[in-house]
Amino acid sequence: MASRRIWRTLAAPGLLWLIAFFLVAFYAVVAVGLGNVTTLFEPVPHWNPLDWNVGYLWQAVQDVVPGGVTWPVVVRTVLYIAVAMALSLLIGYPVAYYAARYAGRSSGIVLVLLVLPFWISYIMRMFAWTNLLAPDGYASKALNALSIDSLFGALGLMDGSDWLGGQPITVILALVYGYVPFFILPLYASLDRLDHRLIEASRDLGASPAESFRRVILPLSWPGILAGMVLIALPMFGDYFTQDLMSGSPNTNMIGNAINGYVQGGPDKSLGAALTILLSLFLLVFMGFYLRSLRREQRGTA
Amino acid sequence: MTTTAAPTTSRAPARTGRLRLRRDPWGHPRGLAIVTWIYILWSLAPVLLAIRFAFNEGRSRSAAQGWSLRWFWQDPTLSVFHDPTLRSALEQSLKLAGLAMLIATPLGVGLALGLQRWRGRGSGTTNRLTLLPLVTPELVFAVGLFLLFTTAFSFIGLGTTAQVIGHVTFSVSFVVVIVRGRLQTIGGDIEEAAADLGAPPWEVVRRVLLPLLLPAIAASLLIVFALSIDDFVVSQYLASGADTTTVPMRIYAQARAAPTPALNALATLMLAATLLALALAYAVFRVLTRGERGGRSALGQLASLEATIDAGGTK
Repeated sequence: MASRRIWRTLAAPGLLWLIAFFLVAFYAVVAVGLGNVTTLFEPVPHWNPLDWNVGYLWQAVQDVVPGGVTWPVVVRTVLYIAVAMALSLLIGYPVAYYAARYAGRSSGIVLVLLVLPFWISYIMRMFAWTNLLAPDGYASKALNALSIDSLFGALGLMDGSDWLGGQPITVILALVYGYVPFFILPLYASLDRLDHRLIEASRDLGASPAESFRRVILPLSWPGILAGMVLIALPMFGDYFTQDLMSGSPNTNMIGNAINGYVQGGPDKSLGAALTILLSLFLLVFMGFYLRSLRREQRGTA
Repeated sequence: MTTTAAPTTSRAPARTGRLRLRRDPWGHPRGLAIVTWIYILWSLAPVLLAIRFAFNEGRSRSAAQGWSLRWFWQDPTLSVFHDPTLRSALEQSLKLAGLAMLIATPLGVGLALGLQRWRGRGSGTTNRLTLLPLVTPELVFAVGLFLLFTTAFSFIGLGTTAQVIGHVTFSVSFVVVIVRGRLQTIGGDIEEAAADLGAPPWEVVRRVLLPLLLPAIAASLLIVFALSIDDFVVSQYLASGADTTTVPMRIYAQARAAPTPALNALATLMLAATLLALALAYAVFRVLTRGERGGRSALGQLASLEATIDAGGTK
């Protein structure tokens, strides 16, 4: 039937493109991670699954378990991302809630201002902070004048007063700064649809504001919070540039830095590919969850 | 700004307003408003300051020093216009964005049209495959393309071609999301009417669907341009040398090396290009969809689009 063939013909070029440069590219990671190397340590991919060599993958597994060389990096990555996500929730929830429910006449402008960071290059947003956190920058002068550096120092979060000198706290706050807009927007979209009548009903039935928040608003917000969390967790696990720009010290390296170092820097591209496979398997859980909610959304608006 | 009296009480005397306030203590969430505006200030002020330093007269990029256009073109050796490394970065970024926009948009429009109507075997898998790039961490994607172009596809190799391919690959999914949103707004009635009147499928696409998709196509072109110009990870992994360095790569390489405000000027020009593309996309979408009833506002559509986008992070 001609009418049916036309849709496949239209879809074909884009589909072939995605197969060639997305699926095959991912398969290249697998083939290199399960491949071999030449005497010059250049990777030799094994495209045929029957030829797969699990040596590098096995080494990568041994590296990321307790006792392995990459284990401290794994712990640090999870810790930084967990703290950054908690802070994103603390900052992002009130903002999204206000924008969705109370911005009133200024909601248009609030929305534009919340969306704006999306379209400013991430690298430029980090670069702006390297201006401000340089030893003579406005932010580091203000923070040090307020003795915030000593406060963080006393809490063991900082060492000295050079904010760009390998401080874990700087990397974590930079992650929050970088990714919190990506958390706020999906949360805003879900809070915007929240049924106000349910909140009014809970108040009419005698709930205090706190109780009504805890027992009505918060449970209804969970899907939005989870979607936002997943949306920022995925890129954070692949992030290496935030660390590079805000610290650059190996003491604050995250898993993205490890992979970037292997693939771009050293001779161990195969080990880098093997680590990428492990990271992807770990993130598959998050990706599956997000894809499901994305598809549900699409169906909902159909 | 904090006097957020509900519109319904505007005619009522002030006493009623106070009563409402007591009955519903959330009517004036002043604390929330303050938190929100502090957040907005925090999220934008650093970037505004970085732009401000681009116009410095002096060499500092951490303090304001007078006003000049020295770092844009007046300085004979160090300005964006005269420093070959900065200038070529800007040219490379614009070249990649232009090419990515022209390739990704037709691919994405075709894929969206196909997916919308194609039912049956293979459509579900194709649908999932289209959404997958949106949720794949950019590092995984970039490592994959890097290894692909250095092994199996080494006849392409690294460089500008590889960078364009990379940008197109992550942009196609965005085009699909934008165009499918528009197809849903249009609905199937007009298309069916054309088919009932005897138009063959190709004619329906060419004379009915494509004209109706024009706003989405225009928006896609400019959004792909903006995504490409902001990209860092894919550009860096697929670069082959100094002449394939893009603006974000140049900023990344020099941010910590105490350069001059010319770097700020470069970042400012890139931001201006992105925002110009987006403002154009918004304006074109608005003009082309003017007079349509029942649809959401262009701003609302843009916001919900961004809410579905993306786990890529740096884009």
